[in-house]
Amino acid sequence: MVCCGALAADIRQIATRRGWPVVVRPLPALLHNRPEKIADYAERIVVTAHAAGRSVILAYADCGSYGGLDAVCARHGVRRLPGLHCYDVYAGSSQVAELFAADPGTYLLTDFLVRSFKRTVLAELGLDAHPELWPDYFGHYRRLVWLAQDPTPELAAAAERIAALFRLPLTRVDTGTRRLERELATLLAETEDGRRP
Amino acid sequence: MRSEELLAELYDKTLTGNGPAVLDLTRQGLDQGIGPETLLYDALIPSLEEVGARFERGDFFVPEMLIAGKAMAGALDVLRPLLAETGAATIGTIVMGTVKGDVHDIGKNLVNIMFEGAGFQVIDLGVQVSPEKFIDAIKTHKPDIVGFSAFLTTTMPMFKANINALAKSGLRDRVIVMVGGAPVTQEYADAVGADGYAADASAAVARARELLNQRKAMASA
Repeated sequence: MVCCGALAADIRQIATRRGWPVVVRPLPALLHNRPEKIADYAERIVVTAHAAGRSVILAYADCGSYGGLDAVCARHGVRRLPGLHCYDVYAGSSQVAELFAADPGTYLLTDFLVRSFKRTVLAELGLDAHPELWPDYFGHYRRLVWLAQDPTPELAAAAERIAALFRLPLTRVDTGTRRLERELATLLAETEDGRRP
Repeated sequence: MRSEELLAELYDKTLTGNGPAVLDLTRQGLDQGIGPETLLYDALIPSLEEVGARFERGDFFVPEMLIAGKAMAGALDVLRPLLAETGAATIGTIVMGTVKGDVHDIGKNLVNIMFEGAGFQVIDLGVQVSPEKFIDAIKTHKPDIVGFSAFLTTTMPMFKANINALAKSGLRDRVIVMVGGAPVTQEYADAVGADGYAADASAAVARARELLNQRKAMASA
């Protein structure tokens, strides 16, 4: 399973619990800040894995590759997770669409983003060095919605701190990882079917 | 400081997004008698183009583009009235906006800066702009070009909705429609019936010029 670093912890936990015979190979989550590179990175690993006689599942949504990952899937006969982003993977595309329809100025968080906000968002967007850019990045957002997988008190406190930075209200939607698990199980079954003569 | 040195310094400071230094050098250059067009075309615009090229190569990321763009915007605030005084012709007018349902405007704002630097009058309608608001702005400002920006695949269909609204209002043939944004491609632009698309800010300006020239040539034919 070639997966986004933002999903890797949940995927490892699911794969271990289910006893799936897979190797989880995460790509850097920071690729999301250069999404045009995701497909190239993923393709290299797909090619290497196929050369080694392994089947590959892409545990990625489209993730801003704008069809780039679909092209990789088509070229190499592999499958990926449905949806546009990891938000869809956790919450389902219809729920995410409803959140944006209710307010396009919705900023979404996942547990990964809450945990890594300082590194993956503040530092990567240069806000640690240039806090004056905050309005350029976030000036039009009006609320935060945390799609929570495992909302511990520590994560809840971290999410509140992020909301305080934004000075915006925070809503928590408990998604868990059931949808991700179901989609991975489907991909795994399809891939195993594909290998059978 | 000699003119060449000042222009080189202005180029460098814009490249590194040093807003206060860019402002100082712009004022210093004007005090030394360097024309506003020289400051713009021989330092500021080439520098921002280099910023775009470095972004393409992966040497720069969004923050570097933003601080460079903001530094140039500060200089433009000083140069704009002077360019008008010198009779520097406006190449054209463009109405810009991020489509309804979309609040992303970083790319649009960078495009605006490049358009303004290139001599266009830019009327920015902001984010979440409805088709009705675009139409009102076109009726009011009579632009040569209208630019629709979208960052989300879910909001790109608003390009078509906007173009349909233009057609319904009888305005479609009176304005050039350009579209852009991270998920947008030439194929998508063609599919929705846009006149122009560009992958980045510099290319957008070049494409806009081409489209304007084509339209002028057709009008004089």
